[in-house]
Amino acid sequence: MSKNQEFVKFDKVDKSYDGKVLVVKDLNLDIAEGEFITMLGPSGSGKTTCLMMLAGFETPTNGEIYLDANPISNIPPHKRGIGMVFQNYALFPHMTVYENLAFPLKVRKISKDDIDKKVDKALSMVSLSGFENRMPAQLSGGQQQRVAVARALVFDPAVVLMDEPLGALDKNLRESMQYEIKHIHESIGVTVVYVTHDQSEALTMSNRIAVFNDGKVQQLSSPDKLYEEPVNSFVAEFIGENNTFGGEVVDLSNGSCKVKLSHGEILANPISVKSKGDRTTVSIRPERALINPENKMDNNHAGTIEEVIYHGDHTRVRLNLLGNSEFILKVPNSSKNLDIKLGNKINIGWNSQDARALDPK
Amino acid sequence: MSSETQQILTTDGIPLSVSLKKAERKNKIKAFLLVVPLLLFLIITYILPIGDMFMRSIDDKMVTNMLPKTFTAMEKWDGKEMPPEEVFAGFYSDFKILVQNKEHGKLAQRLNKEKNGFNSIIKKLFRQVQRNKIDEGQSIKEQIMKVHKRWRDVEYWQAIKRTAPPYTTAKYLKGMDMYYGPDGNIMQVEEDRRIHRILWLRTLEIAFFVTLFSFLMGYPIAHLLATLPMKYSNLLMICVLLPFWTSLLVRTASWMILLQQQGIVNDFFVMIGLVADDNRPEMMYNKVGTYVAMTQILLPFMVLPLYSVMKTISPSLMRAGKSLGGTPFVAFWKIYFPLTIPGIGAGCLLVFILAIGYYITPALVGGASGTLISNQIAYHMKTTLDWSFASAMGLMLLTGVLVVYWVYNKLVGVDNIKLG
Repeated sequence: MSKNQEFVKFDKVDKSYDGKVLVVKDLNLDIAEGEFITMLGPSGSGKTTCLMMLAGFETPTNGEIYLDANPISNIPPHKRGIGMVFQNYALFPHMTVYENLAFPLKVRKISKDDIDKKVDKALSMVSLSGFENRMPAQLSGGQQQRVAVARALVFDPAVVLMDEPLGALDKNLRESMQYEIKHIHESIGVTVVYVTHDQSEALTMSNRIAVFNDGKVQQLSSPDKLYEEPVNSFVAEFIGENNTFGGEVVDLSNGSCKVKLSHGEILANPISVKSKGDRTTVSIRPERALINPENKMDNNHAGTIEEVIYHGDHTRVRLNLLGNSEFILKVPNSSKNLDIKLGNKINIGWNSQDARALDPK
Repeated sequence: MSSETQQILTTDGIPLSVSLKKAERKNKIKAFLLVVPLLLFLIITYILPIGDMFMRSIDDKMVTNMLPKTFTAMEKWDGKEMPPEEVFAGFYSDFKILVQNKEHGKLAQRLNKEKNGFNSIIKKLFRQVQRNKIDEGQSIKEQIMKVHKRWRDVEYWQAIKRTAPPYTTAKYLKGMDMYYGPDGNIMQVEEDRRIHRILWLRTLEIAFFVTLFSFLMGYPIAHLLATLPMKYSNLLMICVLLPFWTSLLVRTASWMILLQQQGIVNDFFVMIGLVADDNRPEMMYNKVGTYVAMTQILLPFMVLPLYSVMKTISPSLMRAGKSLGGTPFVAFWKIYFPLTIPGIGAGCLLVFILAIGYYITPALVGGASGTLISNQIAYHMKTTLDWSFASAMGLMLLTGVLVVYWVYNKLVGVDNIKLG
């Protein structure tokens, strides 16, 4: 059976709350069946609004949302059959774990025996068997989170929405929950739409990531592509660390361009520059720039070390390179003894392929 | 093993528990001193007056003090046939002192309450004593029995004996339209004179319906307050609180202006053609007036506890209920409503207890059919000056409130009350 590539479809969706500002602008987004897609963006970028429109708590100002090819704008939330995990879990505090999980089944008039079976199954899926009679307040944050996930899945919805579900957990728990949710998704194959502002969370869990900014999807692609090949300087900046140079294109020929900076010139990969004279921001990932490269690289420049911070597995080095005093390098903690000392001059090299000339900031 | 049972010592060798007590003693004293003024205030203005009210309501010492020798002599009397000579002798010597102190009138009044007919025979006896007609050398029993035929009636002597105990629960019985019969049995007053029972029932009825109306009106208001955006909810909050800051009398008076037959509400009804001009309904000086005015006045006491509870209910709970497939009604009924029960409990208890003792509003707009038990208490305090009866009814009201509280505690649990 082939998967429906347009299981959820946002078609030219606009959303405005006050009639003056568009929080979501002309959103077109297709989500495939069984996919784990993450909406990632800073707060106020419109990602949560999109989720709420999909859940039915907000209506699109313009455009239409389709679920399995049916328009759903006029269907109230309780008839959409979409599971949702809320930021603060939204467990019903006056009900036991069992009653919380049984709620979506009871309103669907499912028989008592089936409810028991489904609740059992859902609880064992999140490894909380035996917690049926606890009240939510008697559970830890992580356990509450798992109950919320189980509750959103227990009635076998076609789509599950998660609105920053891990935001309230501490770092270690958050990481282990990321894997847990990912594994649950893999084992039951439900379509998940996940909203977060935490890029590492997005990179860990998703099949595809939609980066939101200013009401628009800036880039929609798999995590590796998003990181390796950002299409604009916002995405490059937002995902991972990033060294930038602002300058002007002076030469553009066979897959390479020359960018003139305030101090010197570099070669870069033209992504969004079209012609000579364009302003551009060149983005280089810290780990793509090497110290004293052994292989010949087409960019080679000398810089002065201004700061060295020890991080255990790696050392962060901040240098002044070509007039940019915020140039970051990550040096792996290997036995290779490099002369990294404050004030030293060192030689830095990188491939022009890895220096992406994007839109100007 | 021994280490478990061993006392834990501080580094200075003092047992830990002793050291802890010592360290906390200062704080305890400080805390106690801080509450002392309030404690004294409560004792002086609350506990002592209630105690005094209680003593007053059961106090019946007057006759006991007036006829000490009579009652000593009566101890041996079986109370069935005419009392023996000693009782008459004791009564005569007590009565002489009363005549000297000119207190016989009070005795007549009090005994007349116990049994009709005492007034005239005590007056007669008084005249005989004044004129020294009673010869102490002869049988006093014979002489007193000659004064009036009622002195020969054993029922009157039984009535005197009944006033012997220094304390009585008669006032409480009277509050329930009952009294002690001639042989000490509890009797009901005639049906057409049972006014107090009607008042008690009416008080309960009005308090119940005022609570119900306040709840029905207050719940949506509180919900709006808790869910509207800040700028609107603040305005609404002021609308709720504004009457709260206005004097009770002013509010009641404005209801009088609104509800009277030539008042604004009636004018409006006539204008929209709901009622004929010559047939304006009476909305004041009856139950309707009491309901309307009391509900309006007590509404904030319902809204505020409800609001403070609703404020804490996250809107995402309702959303969760809907996204899980509950219709808006199911989500409300199964999720929102149960979570507001602590507020409902607090609001209803508050309004009911306030309503059950309400006084000014029913007095002003209630008329004859809209007055409550508290108006009756005030009547006995100010008009009949029967303070012991007023105290007894006041305490019965207090007991009623405590019973309501107890029942509520059994049903909902006081720990579940939330006032904010």
